[in-house]
Amino acid sequence: MKNILFLALALSVWAACAPSPSGPLPILGERDVVNGDTIYPTIPDFAFVDQDSQVVTNATFAGKIYVVDFFFVHCPTICPKVKANGLRVYQKYKNDARVGMLSHSIDTKNDTVAALKRHAQKLGIEATKWHLVTGDNDAIYGIADNYFSVATVNPDVPGGFDHSGRLILVDQNRHVRSFCDGTDAKEVDRFMLDIDRLLAEQYGKH
Amino acid sequence: MRTLLPVLLLSVFCALVAWQCEVQQSFAEGERLYKANCANCHMDDGVGLGGLIPPLAGSDYLTTHRDALPCMLRKGLEGPIVVNGKTYNEKMPGIPTLTPIQATNLLNYLNQAWGNQNGLYRLDEVTNAMEKCASFN
Repeated sequence: MKNILFLALALSVWAACAPSPSGPLPILGERDVVNGDTIYPTIPDFAFVDQDSQVVTNATFAGKIYVVDFFFVHCPTICPKVKANGLRVYQKYKNDARVGMLSHSIDTKNDTVAALKRHAQKLGIEATKWHLVTGDNDAIYGIADNYFSVATVNPDVPGGFDHSGRLILVDQNRHVRSFCDGTDAKEVDRFMLDIDRLLAEQYGKH
Repeated sequence: MRTLLPVLLLSVFCALVAWQCEVQQSFAEGERLYKANCANCHMDDGVGLGGLIPPLAGSDYLTTHRDALPCMLRKGLEGPIVVNGKTYNEKMPGIPTLTPIQATNLLNYLNQAWGNQNGLYRLDEVTNAMEKCASFN
């Protein structure tokens, strides 16, 4: 009897901790139940301007899944590492039209369209795939919450802005499905597997 | 004489081990300083980032600007530079608190890490360079 109990305990611990490499990714965030329907948190409407002066909205990513982060051009801390890992994601899905990328500047005063354009050129990225956007300051800081990311002005940190270096994965229905620490290459490896899982879930196996 | 030889050999051996230890410790200190101050931009493997941040791994700049590097670490760098034939133009912040010993360890790490095989810096050489650098203020 004791043995069976132990086995059951071991199994439940294993089930709780083992990564599940297949099946749907969870929808992240707190859900509401209204009249018996479960309401999942969704990314609200937004409109920003990218490095090619094009307006980027939710419609830009219609029918796509997309990867989000927050950064600023003159960032002396974690941004270059997050960008380097973002570039790995970019390279992997460059020719896959189902995947988009969206980086929000949190230094809207300095990161003009021209500054973003220059940054994009130096990174060697295409605006049709990876949008670097600027826009209304409050709108960008506000939407960071929806992506479970931190973006605050803090004169006490190097560069003057405090932010999480997360990469966030959003599905076709505006739900956040996965995220990772964008400074950690191993985490980003796992994140790219999540992108593959989401692609399989939403578009079927190819 | 017979008893002296083993003692002599042993002491030479110990000195070698101690020297090797010191070299390794300096390298570890250099690596620690690199991770804390440089790796965010130049990356853990020294490859840099696209056209924004120049590489340190396999970089010709480390040999062509050998004398200027100690000062650059402390003061930072602004304006266009050419690394391996490619122009970069981003501002690099300096580390104002860097001591000559730390700079020596950091430079020797840069010059020996990732397959780099550039000559080692001596402490007096770095100290001199940094003293001159201070007078540029």
